Amino acid sequence: MRQFKNLVKPYILWSFLLIIVPLLLIVLYSVTTGGNSLVNIRFTLENFKKIGEPIYIQVFVRSFRLGLITTIICLLLGYVLAYVIASFSERAQAILILFVTIPMWINTLLRTYAWISILSDNGIINSFLTLIGLDPITMMYTDFSVILGLVCDLLPFMVIPIHTSLSKMDKSLIEAAYDLGAHRWQAFWRVTFALSIPGVINGVTMVFLLSISTFVIPKLLGGGQYVLIGNLIENQFVSIGDWNFGSAISLLLAILMLLMINITKKLDKQEGGGDL
Amino acid sequence: MKKHGKLFSILYIALCFLFFYVPIVVMVVFSFNSSKSLTNFSGFSLRWYTQLIEDQEIMAAVYVSVSIAIFATAIATVLGTITAIGLSKNRKVLRDTLLSINNIPIMNPDIVTAIGLMILFSSMMIAKGYVTMLLAHVAFCTPYVITSVYPKVRSLDDSLANAAMDLGATPFQTLTKVIIPSIKPGIYAGILLAFTMSFDDFVISYFVTGNGVQNISIIVYNMTKRTNPTINALSTIVIAVILVALIVGNVVPAIYNKRKEKKVKMEENVN
Amino acid sequence: MADMGNCIIELKGITKTFDDQQVLRGIDLNIYENEFLTLLGPSGCGKTTILRIIAGFIEADGGELLFNGIDISKVPPYKREVNTVFQKYALFPFLNVYDNVAFGLNIKKVDKTIIDQKVKKTLKLVGLEGFDKRDVTLLSGGQQQRVAIARALVNEPKVLLLDEPLGALDAKLRKEMQVELKKIQQEVGITFIFVTHDQEEALSMSDTVVVMNEGKIQQIGTPVDIYNEPENRFVANFIGESNIIEGNMIRDCLVRFDDVDFPCVDKGFKENEGIEVVLRPEDIDIVEPEKGQLVGEVKNVVFKGVHYEIMVETDKRMYKIHTTDMHEVGKKVGLCVDPDLIHVMYTMEY
Repeated sequence: MRQFKNLVKPYILWSFLLIIVPLLLIVLYSVTTGGNSLVNIRFTLENFKKIGEPIYIQVFVRSFRLGLITTIICLLLGYVLAYVIASFSERAQAILILFVTIPMWINTLLRTYAWISILSDNGIINSFLTLIGLDPITMMYTDFSVILGLVCDLLPFMVIPIHTSLSKMDKSLIEAAYDLGAHRWQAFWRVTFALSIPGVINGVTMVFLLSISTFVIPKLLGGGQYVLIGNLIENQFVSIGDWNFGSAISLLLAILMLLMINITKKLDKQEGGGDL
Repeated sequence: MKKHGKLFSILYIALCFLFFYVPIVVMVVFSFNSSKSLTNFSGFSLRWYTQLIEDQEIMAAVYVSVSIAIFATAIATVLGTITAIGLSKNRKVLRDTLLSINNIPIMNPDIVTAIGLMILFSSMMIAKGYVTMLLAHVAFCTPYVITSVYPKVRSLDDSLANAAMDLGATPFQTLTKVIIPSIKPGIYAGILLAFTMSFDDFVISYFVTGNGVQNISIIVYNMTKRTNPTINALSTIVIAVILVALIVGNVVPAIYNKRKEKKVKMEENVN
Repeated sequence: MADMGNCIIELKGITKTFDDQQVLRGIDLNIYENEFLTLLGPSGCGKTTILRIIAGFIEADGGELLFNGIDISKVPPYKREVNTVFQKYALFPFLNVYDNVAFGLNIKKVDKTIIDQKVKKTLKLVGLEGFDKRDVTLLSGGQQQRVAIARALVNEPKVLLLDEPLGALDAKLRKEMQVELKKIQQEVGITFIFVTHDQEEALSMSDTVVVMNEGKIQQIGTPVDIYNEPENRFVANFIGESNIIEGNMIRDCLVRFDDVDFPCVDKGFKENEGIEVVLRPEDIDIVEPEKGQLVGEVKNVVFKGVHYEIMVETDKRMYKIHTTDMHEVGKKVGLCVDPDLIHVMYTMEY
């Protein structure tokens, strides 16, 4: 068995080169100017100051607002779906959960692309509306289409952890709550919901983190003018070419993630006591 | 009251699934449409499928997506599996450090991982294209393999490996004949995860590619302005492949297990 | 008793430390051909460590390990002519019974027809004929145990190492397997090194028992020797029940404890040397008070099935006595011991 110790060596080298070094490069770029030429490299905090400009602050605010809305919708829809699924027999649950996961296996871009033909001005919904004599509605390139796309894409990430914690739950606990005189609502709130909090925390974190850093769905369903953090970073690297500013935003995004993951971990630990 | 609840449950699930599957169904249906319209179904045809096969740009992207997914999965599986096995035999400090580093690409937003790799490749003067895409895919797939294999390795009884060596197996034979068969479920989960991650990836591929090398996601991203039913044909094929894979992955083992059970029972009766 | 031949394994001054804790403090031990040797001791005494050093899973820090006179301490486990039966069997869950047993022979690339013969023969030896295709994870504990033994024996090792193999079985099955293991050992005629913390198991199966405590060998001997002539307080206490009393050797064949002189058969101690006396509970007779060497009062009586366990309090201490006769609590009794049933030991060093 001692011989197997060395099996980690390739990955130590690999993870240093392809995980650590890229992060260090982002840090380096974020605190310098001069782009790619190492000759006129100069340390500065300008890039971070620039993020404070109202136009960029706005992008952050918009991203967080969208993330928050998406997360709340996913939580409401997802909790009910997970709860409803958990009420079926184990066999049925396995099949239903499989159906929740299947869309995750299909390329996000392709699925989002399909929404365009459903939502566009002369798309399926609007043709149907005109058919029954109603006025068409503009849905594409609005908050609505972006949120719809995000919810469709991210809902499984909410349902699965919540379902996992609900299905792990000892059914006799709920019966015990009824037995102790709890009303339906009380039993749900004090027992079922309380015990599913770890799953909720997991789902909320995942959906929120994925939705604030996305840039594909806003671009496809929100159009070019719909700028979120992800699109801002993309622009710096792809069209504008200000890698230093782009790195600064990325670094900030990474730090935000780290903070949020740590907070949820702490919450999870506090709530984790209920698991036992 | 109870019946009411059940009805509501079924209705709610149906609505949610409608929401999940409407885009997929729309894609499949309109891939067989005879006209270019994405809203009116004017008749069945395989026109978009023939166009798909003739479209060299899309076929090249399919080739890139599939081949990158296969190679990246193969490399990530080997690298991730041996790392997971090695990890459990190392000191706690090294184990914890490497596992936290391994978590970075999983936790980090894809876009941060993507630009990190992009800066890395350009500062190392590596020409962006197929190779950089493959390296990047291995980089973000391996952590998923490690996280699915490592728990299996941890729960592995040490004495199994000892037993193999005791019976004359060299360390390498122990690895191939005992350890790997014992952690197979974890490896399979890792393979599945790595393959879908790679096949589904857009963000990282988009930033690290170059020289006109595109995968399916990149092509779709660049095509948004002009609706193109060939993409629906492509999606339908992808969905079909995934469904077949899921059926093979879920149903076949179930049938196999049932048969095996039956066989054992029959043999017991014979004995 | 087995016919013991040459020394097959020799341990010379073996030491081992895990995380600053010394688990073996200089082990010297000779193990012979055809011997059924048991390493007996409480958990943490180092018995399993010795087994693992012989198997090659861990390396000793110091000392020599000789196999047929050749130092094998650097030889990897897969090149040693010993096989192990693991505590929790360590069967390969993804292989059936046949393939588990055939594992070692397959590794050695033995001819398939020979493998088939050997596997069938060994399965028969352990009483699992016809179990070839069974899933090992669906077998009972006792059956898994037999597969583990077959898997080791099929390789025809010179020495079989057994690490508390009966620990996971229930009491009845345990008794059956003890008999069976002994039978198998006699049939295959190889050395068995058996690790257990169960003294009864050790006494009933072994040719030689090695009693260990805190990384040291306390006594090596036949089961009868170990029981009747424990060398120190630890062995006396660990093997069976005993009354251990401090006393002095007045001269050869006369020992004094509890202020009374007892004739005995032990010799060779210094005059007036401080010693400890072992009295087995079944060796003390209860007699009329006036006829007893010691006098006491019955304090407690517990029925144990075959015998009564009676606690008698003298003015010095409590004696534990096993007898088939009932005595009432509160009764004054005398206690008597035959000279040859008094066993005198040196006082423990620590």
